[in-house]
This record gives sequence, C-alpha cells and structure tokens, in this order.
Amino acid sequence: MTGLVLDNITKRFGSVAAVDRVNLSVPDGSFVCLLGPSGCGKTTLLRMIAGLEEPSEGRILVGGADVTRTPAHQRDFGMVFQSLALFPHLSVGENIAYPLRIRNVAKAEQARRVEELLALVRLPGFGERPVSKLSGGQRQRVAIARALALQPRLFLLDEPLSALDAKLREAMQVELRQLQQRLGITTVVVTHDQREAMTMADLVVVMNEGRIRQSAPPVDIYRRPADTFVADFIGITNLIKARRGAGDTVLVPGGTLVGIALPTEEATISVRPEDVRLVPPHAAAITGRVDFVRDLGASIEIYVEADGQRIVAVASPRERPDLQPGAPVGLALPADACVVLGA
Amino acid sequence: MTAARPQRLQDYAPLVFPALMLTVFFVVPFGIMVAISFFRRVQGAFYEPDFVFDNYARFLSAFFGQVLGFSLVLATLVALVAVTIAFPFTFLLARLPRRWQVVWLVALLSIVSLSEVIVGFAWSTLFSRTAGVTNILVALGLMSEPMSLSPSFGALLTGLSYHAFPYTVLVLYPALARLDPTLMEAARTLGASPPRAFLTVVVPALRNTILATMIMVFVFALGSYLLPQLLGRPSNWTLSVLITDQAIYQSNLPFAAAMAVFLVLVSLALVGLSLLVGRKEAAQ
Repeated sequence: MTGLVLDNITKRFGSVAAVDRVNLSVPDGSFVCLLGPSGCGKTTLLRMIAGLEEPSEGRILVGGADVTRTPAHQRDFGMVFQSLALFPHLSVGENIAYPLRIRNVAKAEQARRVEELLALVRLPGFGERPVSKLSGGQRQRVAIARALALQPRLFLLDEPLSALDAKLREAMQVELRQLQQRLGITTVVVTHDQREAMTMADLVVVMNEGRIRQSAPPVDIYRRPADTFVADFIGITNLIKARRGAGDTVLVPGGTLVGIALPTEEATISVRPEDVRLVPPHAAAITGRVDFVRDLGASIEIYVEADGQRIVAVASPRERPDLQPGAPVGLALPADACVVLGA
Repeated sequence: MTAARPQRLQDYAPLVFPALMLTVFFVVPFGIMVAISFFRRVQGAFYEPDFVFDNYARFLSAFFGQVLGFSLVLATLVALVAVTIAFPFTFLLARLPRRWQVVWLVALLSIVSLSEVIVGFAWSTLFSRTAGVTNILVALGLMSEPMSLSPSFGALLTGLSYHAFPYTVLVLYPALARLDPTLMEAARTLGASPPRAFLTVVVPALRNTILATMIMVFVFALGSYLLPQLLGRPSNWTLSVLITDQAIYQSNLPFAAAMAVFLVLVSLALVGLSLLVGRKEAAQ
C-alpha cells in the first residue's frame, strides 16, 4: 500500500499562505492531477511532496509512513520538472543512469536498466546521444525515463508537457497515461491545462488560492462542479444568477425555470453550453436575442443575450439553426443539467 | 543559423574600432617589446638596434629555467586554490536573497580596489611574529609561542590566492547565477545528497567555466611581481620579479623584453593546451 496522504498541509511564505490546510488522500496506483490557475499553490504542494520544500504545518504520509521530515534524496520519489532539468554535461544514457550511479548500481546492471527504460519511453538506441541534440518530445521522454529509473514509490510531474506544441502535448498525455497504467505507479501531476487533467487523471484536484476547491473524478468535476470557481475554471459554462420565484419556480434573466430547488433566496446556476437547447421563442422558458454566432466548423456556438445575461449554447452543424444576430430565440435548460451553486 | 557573410568593404566597418584599439594598445607595444628583445645591450649605456639572440641565449640557463618552472607551478597552485574556494562560495552567494548578494559583491569589489602593496603589507603583518595570527593561536593555547610565518612559500600562496579571490568570484558569478536551480533539485530527487549533487551535477555542468576561470587566475598570478617580494623568500621570486629587476634596476631592457616574450609564449602554449584538453574531454 503506497498511497499518499496529505494531512492538513500548510505552507506559509512570510504572512502569505501559499498552501492552506490541504487534506488529500490518493489511493495506491492512481493518477492525480493538481489543477488550478498559476499561483494557486499547486506547484508548492508538489514540491512539498517531493521534499524540496518543507511544510509549515501538517504531515505527508506515504504507504502509512510519515515522510514529512525525510530529505528529498531519501524519499525514493521520481520527479519530472517543468524545465525537465536534464543534465547538460551528460548523454541521454548517462542522464538516465545518474540515479543508478548515485546508488552504486553495478555498471552492467546500469546499462541493462538504461536499455530497458529507453525501450519503455520508446527511444531505443538513443543512449549515446547528447541531450542537446534531442527534440522537445524526446527530452520529455528522457526526463520521464530518468525519474522512473529507481522504480520510485511515487511519480511526480510539474507541468511536464507545457513546453510542447499542442499536437505533441495531446499525444504525450495519452502516452503518459498508458505508461502510468502499465506500471501501476501512484502519480501526481501539476497542470494548469484542464484538458490535460481530464485526459489523464483518475482524480482531479482543483485548487485556488492555496486551497482545494474540489477533488473528484474528471466527469464529476465537469458534471457536478462544487462551486462557481470550479464550474468556471473547468471547460466553458454559463453561470446564471437565479432568484426564488412564486411556488416552485425560479426566476432567471429572460424567463422562469421549474423543477429546480434553490437552497437560498439567491443562487447561481451552472449550465454547460452543450446542455442548452435552442427552441422557438413563443414556447420557451427563457427568451432572448442572438448576439453573435461563432461557427467553428465542428460545432456552432450561439451567444444569446437574455435580459442582460449572456448564455452560450452549442449546436452541431447538422442541426444548423439558421440564426442571425438580433433574431429572437428561445432557450430550454433541462433541470437535470442545471447545477445549483452558492451565490 | 549563420549571419550573411560580409560582401562589401563597408560591411567590415564595425571591426574598425576594436581592431584599432587592439593594434594601438596591444599589437604595437608587444611588437616593440619583441623588437627590443633582439636588440643589443650597451654596457653602461642603454641599448642599440641590432638583431642578436644573446638575450634569449642567456635565458636558456638552469637558473632561469628553474625560475620559469617555479612561476608556472605557483600560478597553477594559485589558480587551483582560488577557484576551489571561490566556486562553492559563489554558488552559495548566487542563492542568497538579492539584497545580500549586492552587499557581498560590493564588499568584494572594495577588496579589488586595494592595491597589491596594501594586500602584501597587510598579510606580512598578519604573518608576523609580533602582531600576527599566531598570537591568537598562542592565546587559545594551541601554540606555545608566536612565530613568524612570512616570508615563506605558504605566505606567498595565501597572499596571491587572496588577491585573486574577488576577481575569481566576479568571473564565476554570471555563470553560477544563470545556472538552472532545478538541476540541483533534480539530482536530489534522484537520490543525491546536496553535497553529492553539487559535485556530480553543478561542478561538471560548469567545467568549461571553471577551466576558463582557472586560466584567468593563472595569467593573473603569473604577472604578480610585488607579492613575491613582500611575502616570499628570494627562492620564491617569480619570473615577473626578475623581469622587473632587469628592466628597472639593471637597465637591461633587451634581456627583460626577451624574458617577457618567453613568458607570454609559454603561458599562451599552456592555455592553448588546457583548452585543447578541455575540448577533448567535452567531446568524449
């Protein structure tokens, strides 16, 4: 059992809490993404797990053992840095062999492991090359192979794919996820890219201002955001201000909704654009005017202005609604697609 | 990517100023010195133009060979000592908060502003029997009675290394300040203790900088002629001391010029050799 437990972890820099009372339990062998805007404390949290920063408060447990005060070099974790931090004076093979050399592994065994790891990251025969002669994606793989050389208990990655171009990044996301599943290694990745988190993670931990806002599987994060920050940060959403109306109705800009219970007098409703349906204006729950039509080829986004509130709907090109800016339009919001959030 | 090759005469214009400065302040004086080294000395007078090898022939003796050898060994040792101390120092300095870095760099610059004479006398006082550091050791009960540590080879090595230290730090500083701090961190997560990470990653990653700095300190120490006289015994005098002696006190400029030319050639050869070795190692 090599699960990771963060118990009330806090890190203060001066009077600012970069990480504020974080509690998290990561099951053995799972893939976790720490997701959040820059400055949310996710990298600081990862560095504390790695042992590169010391928490001001709290405990870090790995496999039940407290490692909070264990120095980084005795933790047995593999880490991939945002800069990759490949050693410029060593070849690809020497970079990967570095942790083995430090542990005084026999030369022949080192060579065997290096070959094995190069095959694992699909760079066979690259051992002799200087690091400077590699492409971005290849350097990435070398950094991953080096971090895995000691068969670490925990695999940590800090924005590992941020330096790659969009296409390569998507391919590496899939590859990284497959690699992690094959090895069954507990993995924590820091990212600000929600697509990356959705692609790879078993568990997405959304952070903001040093705190965890929600931690849940990717689909739940998307479908059932815990608050307006998470709803807004993950994908595109419509945040609609709602007020209790007569009976069990809910008043929203441009109309009235039924079948939704507000916990308080006022609240915010989150609806994903793909759940918003366009209907004829006369029978609609909400009416408004088309503000702008954005034809992206694969999908069409319709920006609707409803009594001062912008609502975005996504339609597929097949149902191509013939809408011009300024035309009146009706919107239907299915009750089961509406997530009620605090005001 | 390579820049376009210069096509017309005007394209060489940016080179004119540096070329002029190099010619006026380096090539011409060195040329004059080379010329003088072949002149003939006139006893009781100065020298007259000629083309003789007497000056070089006189130099090829066991005595001057020994002095040359000693000068090269001393300069090498100074380079080793200064860089060995300055490299970890600069590494830690570059990791201090910005404000403290500035304080340290200003302090180092103020040491640079001290003349070789002041440095020499300060050290000879510190190494003296009456006022020197041995008195502290006696007070601490580590020595039975104070003793004089100067003049000696050790005193000379200390003085020269001290004098070279701030220059060494200033030359190393840019490279160490630019060094990616995640290299050390990566080494630590890969199982290396901080000192081990320093020795296996930081030092080898900057070996070209270290080599270049050593060459700089080597040349710096080779030119020193005051400290050997202030802190060393006559047997510790370097070739630079003898050159000064010949040029100023013996009025034998042709011989002094010949020794200077020889010193320049030998040190250039050594610098070239170490660069060659460094490149070969880097290629491996």
